[in-house]
Amino acid sequence: MHAPVARPQEPATTDDGAAQHPVIGVDGVSLTFETADGPVRALLDVDLAIDRHEFVSLIGPSGCGKTTLLRVIADLEQPTAGVVTVEGVPPAEARRARAYGYVFQSPALYPWRSVAANVALPLEIMGLPTAERQERVARNLDLVNLTGFERKFPWQLSGGMQQRVSIARALSFDPDLLLMDEPFGALDEIVRDRLNLQLHDLWHRTKKTVVFVTHSIPEAVFLSTRVVVMSARPGRIHDVVTCDLPAERTLDLRETPEFLAIARRVRDGLEASHAYEA
Amino acid sequence: MIGRIAYLVMPVATVLLAIAVLWYSGALWLNHPFQLDTYERADSEWTAGQLVVDSLNQDRPVLPAPHQVLGELQRTVLEVSPTSRRSLVYHAWVTLSATLLGFALGTAFGIAIATAIVHVPSLDKSLMPWIVASQTIPILAIAPMVVVVLGAVGLTGLVPKSLIAAYLAFFPIAVGVVKGLRSPEVMHLDLMHTYDATRTQVFWKLRWPSAVPFLFPAMRVAVAIALVGAIVAELPTGASAGLGARLLSGSYFGQTLQIWSALVVAAILAGVLVSIVGGANRLTLQAMGMRR
Repeated sequence: MHAPVARPQEPATTDDGAAQHPVIGVDGVSLTFETADGPVRALLDVDLAIDRHEFVSLIGPSGCGKTTLLRVIADLEQPTAGVVTVEGVPPAEARRARAYGYVFQSPALYPWRSVAANVALPLEIMGLPTAERQERVARNLDLVNLTGFERKFPWQLSGGMQQRVSIARALSFDPDLLLMDEPFGALDEIVRDRLNLQLHDLWHRTKKTVVFVTHSIPEAVFLSTRVVVMSARPGRIHDVVTCDLPAERTLDLRETPEFLAIARRVRDGLEASHAYEA
Repeated sequence: MIGRIAYLVMPVATVLLAIAVLWYSGALWLNHPFQLDTYERADSEWTAGQLVVDSLNQDRPVLPAPHQVLGELQRTVLEVSPTSRRSLVYHAWVTLSATLLGFALGTAFGIAIATAIVHVPSLDKSLMPWIVASQTIPILAIAPMVVVVLGAVGLTGLVPKSLIAAYLAFFPIAVGVVKGLRSPEVMHLDLMHTYDATRTQVFWKLRWPSAVPFLFPAMRVAVAIALVGAIVAELPTGASAGLGARLLSGSYFGQTLQIWSALVVAAILAGVLVSIVGGANRLTLQAMGMRR
């Protein structure tokens, strides 16, 4: 198996390999689910390219296929048409090379494993030696501010802390790509704001490529370099909004005219696509 | 403090008292005709009080009174050496050893078959009906055949009995573990998929730990019916030792006291075995960090 190698952080310009292809390429992808009520077109003719060090949010109403698109990229669903590449190879190959870390809607921690053992799970599966596992667990728990909670069990933590453990778990084997499916959707707004700050900080420091599914406009605009607005039935891309906000972001940013203008464009996109017809 | 103790003791004491009252009245009602008959044949005078006392202290009562069973237990448990063939401890051990071996075999077989069913889809359809059917056959019909067949190949005593116990015990284990191995959430399985985990890794790191909370309740049922299996296996085979043998010889010779004291020992044994499995369950889940 491929043991992931810890890569030194380096600026984008020196990374020659990355310049040749986007980290994620989605080309004419459609996916139709066969259900008892007939076929459901979850995705229709979706094109998207995501470059290295980007933070791209997929936003849209329930049923717009944003989670499905993320699952297609992760090789958890198979498209019925079109081509997807991750790091230049098909998703299945990228998955076998452990190219991405996936964060689910709920923390999905194993209840019989302590916090440290949960973070170590992918490392055990990838066959890393014990000493390196311990070192990586400590480093990644520190990254999500959970040092000192190693021996706790999931039920002893709050929902926000559990989700931070699951982020540490996704980062533990140091993938360049992070796929996040509404990771903060179940949390209250205050916790969510704090985690948004921490996630932004984490992305800024580690320079991972992140694909982030959400249905919160402020969250999407605050975190992203680009926001992909999707519409439902069939799921397709309606608009792509660039967020050229300063790299250093604080929660106050959300009160500025620049922020509000971008948020407005995202909202207009959602409304124009009839995404939220009551 | 006294209130607390009373709160704990009162319900238990009330139930025990109710059982004692019912038992004594039942014994009186069932045993007094024979007593009246005895008086009549002996042509002796009797009073109501005498009838009650005599009915509750017959040598071979239809239904022995509780104090008679306790007396018999004292004679056969405390007053004889545990190695003597007259000791109930000796007979209980004979049955217990078959129960434990059968329980261990049944648990191992149940887990193995559940693992196979979960991993090979065709086995679910092809094997499950046979497993269910196996439990619809009365164990009394199978026990003699198993004993005869195994006796023909030279296996007697402990092994045939424990195989019959295992035959009963594997069923709840297999059903419970199949359910447990299938209990992981889709998200937990998807997570393993994103790590490109092998089936063996998914089994040991996800399916098996998920099945543990299902395994123990199944083991509680299994250990109790393994005891039933071991006792039943002693009945049709003319076994010379074991609780089943005591029940059988008791009924041959009308020794109701012997039957009832063997029954009480079997019940105590079952209670202890189930409690031990319950304790192991608590300790295991605690060690796994699971909330109770």
